[in-house]
Amino acid sequence: MWSVLRSLWLVLLHMFQPRFTVQYPDEKPYLAPRYRGRIILSRDPDGEERCVACYLCAVACPVDCISLQATEDPHGRRYPEWFRINFSRCIFCGLCEEACPTYAIQLTPDIEMGEYNRQNLVYEKENLLINGPGKYPDYNFWRVAGVKIKDKDKGEAEREANPTDLHTLLP
Amino acid sequence: MTRIFVDKKPYEINPKQNLLEACLGQGLDLPYFCWHPALGSVGACRQCAVKIYRDEKDTRGRIMMACMTVPTPDMIVSIDDPEVRDFRAGIIEGLMMSHPHDCPVCDEGGQCHLQDMTVMTGHNYRHYEFEKRTFRNQYLGPLLNHEMNRCIQCYRCTRFYNEYAGGEDFGPQKLRNLVYFGRAEDGILENEFSGNLDEVCPTGVFTDKTAKQHYTRKWDLTFAPSVCPHCAVGCNISPAERYGTLRRVVNRYNSEINGYFLCDRGRFGYEHVNGKDRIRAPRAGQNAKPVEITRAEALDRFSSLAAEGKMIGIGSPRASLEANFALRSLVGAENFYAGIADAEYALLGEMLAIQRQGPAPATLRQLEHADAAFVLGEDVTNVAPRMALTLRQTVRQVFLEKIEKMGVPRWQDSAVRELAQNDHGPLFIASTYATRLDDVATGTYRAAPDDLARLGFAVAHILDASSPDVPGLPAEVRAQAERIALVLQAAARPAVVSGVSTGNAAVIRAAADVARALAKAAKPVSFLLTMEEANTLGLAILAPKPLGQAFEAAKAGNAQTVVILENDLYRRAPAATVDALLAAGHVVVLDSLETRTTEKAELVLPATPFSESDGTLVSSEGRAQRFFSVYPPVGDVQDAWRWLRDVLGLLTRPEGLSWKNLDDVVEAVARAVPALERIRDAAPGSKFRIAGAKIPRAPHRFSGRTSMLANIQVSEPKPPEDPDSPLSFTMEGAPVEPPAALQPFFWTGGWNSIQALNKFQEEIAGPLRGGDPGVLLIEPATGSAPGYLNTVPAAFAPRPGEWLVVPRHHIFGSEELSARAPAIAELSPKPYVALGAEDAAALGAAEGSPVEVKLDGATARLPLRIEAGLPRGVAALPAGLGPLDGITLPIWGRIEVTR
Repeated sequence: MWSVLRSLWLVLLHMFQPRFTVQYPDEKPYLAPRYRGRIILSRDPDGEERCVACYLCAVACPVDCISLQATEDPHGRRYPEWFRINFSRCIFCGLCEEACPTYAIQLTPDIEMGEYNRQNLVYEKENLLINGPGKYPDYNFWRVAGVKIKDKDKGEAEREANPTDLHTLLP
Repeated sequence: MTRIFVDKKPYEINPKQNLLEACLGQGLDLPYFCWHPALGSVGACRQCAVKIYRDEKDTRGRIMMACMTVPTPDMIVSIDDPEVRDFRAGIIEGLMMSHPHDCPVCDEGGQCHLQDMTVMTGHNYRHYEFEKRTFRNQYLGPLLNHEMNRCIQCYRCTRFYNEYAGGEDFGPQKLRNLVYFGRAEDGILENEFSGNLDEVCPTGVFTDKTAKQHYTRKWDLTFAPSVCPHCAVGCNISPAERYGTLRRVVNRYNSEINGYFLCDRGRFGYEHVNGKDRIRAPRAGQNAKPVEITRAEALDRFSSLAAEGKMIGIGSPRASLEANFALRSLVGAENFYAGIADAEYALLGEMLAIQRQGPAPATLRQLEHADAAFVLGEDVTNVAPRMALTLRQTVRQVFLEKIEKMGVPRWQDSAVRELAQNDHGPLFIASTYATRLDDVATGTYRAAPDDLARLGFAVAHILDASSPDVPGLPAEVRAQAERIALVLQAAARPAVVSGVSTGNAAVIRAAADVARALAKAAKPVSFLLTMEEANTLGLAILAPKPLGQAFEAAKAGNAQTVVILENDLYRRAPAATVDALLAAGHVVVLDSLETRTTEKAELVLPATPFSESDGTLVSSEGRAQRFFSVYPPVGDVQDAWRWLRDVLGLLTRPEGLSWKNLDDVVEAVARAVPALERIRDAAPGSKFRIAGAKIPRAPHRFSGRTSMLANIQVSEPKPPEDPDSPLSFTMEGAPVEPPAALQPFFWTGGWNSIQALNKFQEEIAGPLRGGDPGVLLIEPATGSAPGYLNTVPAAFAPRPGEWLVVPRHHIFGSEELSARAPAIAELSPKPYVALGAEDAAALGAAEGSPVEVKLDGATARLPLRIEAGLPRGVAALPAGLGPLDGITLPIWGRIEVTR
């Protein structure tokens, strides 16, 4: 009997406590920039696609929900011909972001992806690619890697010597 | 066997191998770069360092290179010693100093030996803060991509390309840390085995350019154990698929055949499978407007045609035994014809008879270990390319033996080459035109096919006087024959190679007589006969009737319906003859690619190419090998034998009901044809399981499973099932090593590159564990030695105004399927007619000028090519290429200068 009355009393007291429930969606919760929500593909500081279609995100994905096909532009810059994430399978673990060697694939603090039709959760490259560098404003893979692309010849990447002249034997 | 101790554990090893091979063979992980099992040791990269202790009391030990160390009994070795581990990490840090930070965009990534070794040594941070050296790349042709920045200067490429494969247009340049591997200038790599650089290079300097067009990482590829469909040697390959198209072909080791290397036709010819020429749906109606029909409608039409009147079937040397047998069952053995030109078929019959009487065909491994070779009338590089690479090693055997006698092990590659210098062991080549092996030949002889045969018979007569003599042989030819006979007589293990490419039976008989004379002298002779297509020998064993009789049957009105299996008859007979056959009745064609024959067909049924079907092929050495589909066919495409089975079912024939999967057809073939009884054992049947599970075709890292088809339907479909083999189309299955015949790819923990192979062999460079796949169908004959073939032809006499037109085979272009692959097509020559320099001058035609070639009633205008070595009175046409490809060569014809 005593315990019943005590419980009632405690519940009554809770009516005067501040509320924890957030009135979502009228009130948006704060999500940190590194929150693991909707996945995007970013661009490098030059405004070009960062993704080099290395397939590392796909192989890191524990639910195998990423697939893509690599292709190359005429100057040797590699990019995905198509890139698909099946968000109905995605568990937002962030392993793809960790695996990405170019900071292209990033998770964002956007969680509002609900759909009535599951088919709409299949995102293609045009749905994923954003117009900025995301969380990493400075990194540009192509300025570091020693391969030739348009406007960047051999020897023009970071810490690279000029291409070897094969016609001289001088040291 | 010798006992050594590695990290205090005893191991029994083969003392003929070096310490690195011994350790790797025991399953120990020891990093290496410059050593290659087929190329030997040079001790250049310093990566395979181990510690060797004098005795148990020695605690310091000394660092030695395992690849240059001869294991001695009770040797005490440490791989795990901290000092030697640091040493190896330091070496790799040095090698990686200028590595260009481009793994994500490198095609080698995920199957890179350099990646594996870097991880294995534990090096992970670059301390060197200064500039990286860079290089410009070269254009090396349509097969290989060049990215020199990635090079770690291990010298494997030049050791393979220049020393092993005999290439001359490539090599190291410059000095110090600036050594560059490439050509003098941009251009197509000339060697026919350049594609192996992709696997020989431990990193991504040389990568497969055809795979780059549709690049996929190794972990995403679905592989299958398969057999190369582009010639009769029967090299084992692992074709790989992703998203429903074939992506690349990699070598599948078989110590008896291809070993570590493939030819470029086999490696890059796969793209015909993805081409626009593929037949994807059944269709009916000819010439006018063919309409696509469903599988049921197609079968309906086929069965009503079958019921209508007399039906004949034409088999194919590029279709599996099972498909050919299914056709034979449908039309009956008396109506089953060979899809090979009559002359070639007669030749094949003779070759088969010769091999059955003995000597039985040798394997490429036996050929490699021969110490003298005689090639009679064969252009090995262009007909059986992989065999040519083997012959290049044959000429090294004498030096390998010599150096072993001097107490130096044969894996000491630089010592062997130092001893040999530019000298070669005995190899004699007698051919109609210059061959690509002439540079290592001790002697060459250029003559018309009949004269080649006479040389061969003369050699046989010198070896054994009871074989027929050759009357009227010129003195210099006799001297040549004596020289050859002397060398073959002196050899411990002589080899004789001949084959179909001259199209001359006498040449093959002469080669057989030489081999028999050597066998009579109790020599273990390696006797090899080349053939043209993947299942030529298999079709010959099924003993169909000659194609010419099919044409006659059609003329006589005995062929209301002609069923043609995977064959373009316009490549087998003159166009007019084929036209007459195809016009005589209803034509049903089963094929995977559009050909001139499918254009004329009333009913076209889409069959599967090698990558989508299962079956058995018989290679030229009589080895029956099973190949498996890489991915299932889409839509109404199905195996040729399934189409024929379905028709048999509609005709209520027992085969139609009892052939449920490939096992049943294999069983039916084995029962019906005694010579093929052993094909059952070519690979385990479809019921084979490991711990109740199938064998996965895809690696366990396979990605994108829930996404690759999500654009079509977000719910994943059920994975396709494979009723014909114990392999699954997915990554699911027993994660253990399957029997060698079912091994789809080589991959093991920590070894992602093709070098993982070390873990699958009984010993390094030995057979795969459990034995190499395939069964030999032609057993060495027992009993009395076969007699000689007494058929010496008369000497070749040029005819005025006429030429004997012989076929000139081309590795790129002469084979039907690979010629459809864009990269191979780019390398294929344009149609031409070739004449010797003297004949061309007599004709008054210059190189490249158009001439009119008249053969067997057909005429074509072709540019003239002058081939220095061609004998007088002999002209050459590219085999299987150009407007006259249906005419069976050799044949006498006219060549006139067009005015």
